[in-house]
Amino acid sequence: MAYLEVRGLRKSYRARGGVTPVLGGVDLTLDEGEFVAVVGYSGSGKTTLVSLIAGLVTPDAGEIRLDGAPVTEPGPERGIVFQQYSLLPWLSVRSNVALAVDAVNPTLPASARRRLTDELIALVNLTPAAWKRPRELSGGMRQRVAVARGLAMQPKLLLMDEPFSALDALTRATLQDELLRIWGERRTTVMLITNDVDEAILLADRIYPMTPGPNAVLGPAIEVGLPRPRPRRHMSLEPAYQKARQALVEFLRGRSRLASTAGHPREPRPRAPIQ
Amino acid sequence: MPIDTYQKVILPLLGAAGVLVVWAIVSATLAPDLPSPLRTWQESRRYILDPFFKDGEMNQGMGRLAFYSLVRVGKGFALALAIGTPIGFLLGLSRRFHQSFDPIVQFMRPISPLAWLPLGLVIFQKSEPAAIFTIALCAMWPTVINTAVGVRSISQDYLNVGRVLKLSRTTTLRRIVIPATLPYVFTGYRLSLGLAWLVIVASEMLTGTPGVGGFLWQEYNSLVYSHIILSVLTIGAIGFVLDRLMGLVEARVRIS
Ligand SMILES: Nc1ncnc2c1ncn2[C@@H]1O[C@H](COP(=O)(O)OP(=O)(O)OP(=O)(O)O)[C@@H](O)[C@H]1O
Ligand SMILES: [Mg+2]
Repeated sequence: MAYLEVRGLRKSYRARGGVTPVLGGVDLTLDEGEFVAVVGYSGSGKTTLVSLIAGLVTPDAGEIRLDGAPVTEPGPERGIVFQQYSLLPWLSVRSNVALAVDAVNPTLPASARRRLTDELIALVNLTPAAWKRPRELSGGMRQRVAVARGLAMQPKLLLMDEPFSALDALTRATLQDELLRIWGERRTTVMLITNDVDEAILLADRIYPMTPGPNAVLGPAIEVGLPRPRPRRHMSLEPAYQKARQALVEFLRGRSRLASTAGHPREPRPRAPIQ
Repeated sequence: MPIDTYQKVILPLLGAAGVLVVWAIVSATLAPDLPSPLRTWQESRRYILDPFFKDGEMNQGMGRLAFYSLVRVGKGFALALAIGTPIGFLLGLSRRFHQSFDPIVQFMRPISPLAWLPLGLVIFQKSEPAAIFTIALCAMWPTVINTAVGVRSISQDYLNVGRVLKLSRTTTLRRIVIPATLPYVFTGYRLSLGLAWLVIVASEMLTGTPGVGGFLWQEYNSLVYSHIILSVLTIGAIGFVLDRLMGLVEARVRIS
């Protein structure tokens, strides 16, 4: 049995306007230490999938198991980096991270918790800004705090919901490299949500494409056959890169064409890789 | 001349001068009993220029009278916050508490201080605690309501952070709910202080206790009308300053 097992996950939102069927039976597996990406169009249900795995939202049907245990409620063993970061604006960078460190290590002496917090802040290169409030930070710095807080939960599984999509291309490239470095050091099991095909190929071992909603499902996983460490330069010329990209784009386009004949027009927006 | 001094100093002064002119005209024509601005100043000069003299219980400088009123308001306001803040949090946090007590809050809110005061006199038998009781009872509602609204409008995003971290109820309250609600709470405090100051005058007038309001009522009964105007202007000035001070506190909370 895989480390994370998601079987037949369904979710609809009921509102006054009617029922929105978002996920229509999602299957997904992750092995321990694996880096898996889920790629899909905006509005297809990626955040919904993350919220379900995090336990913040209850599914209509289906099952989620992490390390054998069924997921029924939120918990820090499924650490999460929220799409909108959700930093607490009244706390400094340090306190935001410390809140998670203290919550997860209640028995550790205060000095050890302080050291852990400092290490995490150093890991994301924020030591000089440790006492700033979130509103005094750039978007990229806020993103780093969110990653540090996610790692502070010492999660079995780190869920990252489009962590870089709110950033400009240059900052995004820097942070992708940083994430690769951190993952290389820690080997946390990661599920990365993204709408950027090239980001998924650069970072992940395997990639699940998500069909556009309603009733979104995941397509078969695509293996990224690129060796690590992965240098960003010239990577787009590798045959393995081209192959993964083609498979992904074909699946997403095909599904979007199917969806558009069903009355849900959506255009794919392929992005050029950053050199 | 810099445009800023023009807008912030010259224009307000022009407005005040306009009001003085209207006042002078009205006192000279329509209402002969209304003292003119000049007479008001002549008869009130001592109360302002020597604000701390004391000739008797009710004949004191404006500084002293204002001090008595402010102390009374301070006590009533503190009591209003001490009762109103926890009630506001409970209303916002607990659905059951909200269902039980929100109708009562909505029912008590519009009751005038003039109605509470006699009841306070019946309960406490003395005018001082009755006045403080009235102030607290009338001034606490903005604090109650703003706090409750603040708690209920906390972003789900912040609460989700607490859920993922499995924070205890007290930690969630201390680290997330209270800081997120603080700006609303302080808006409530500012409005409550304004109300407390409104109520003090009425309660002093009714109980005849020394203070700006008590002085005003006594001078009305002694037919010294210029001192009514003096009291009214003092009440306005102090209310204005109090609001500005609470506004500064509120702005500080909002930024952090
Ligand atoms: N709380 C909610 N109540 C009702 N509908 C919702 C709710 N959350 C999401 N939806 C709907 O579910 C669908 C999927 O939303 P979701 O946020 O999961 O998409 P997403 O793939 O994360 O999009 P994006 O890439 O823009 O973040 C959307 O149509 C959205 O309107
Ligand atoms: Mg999303």
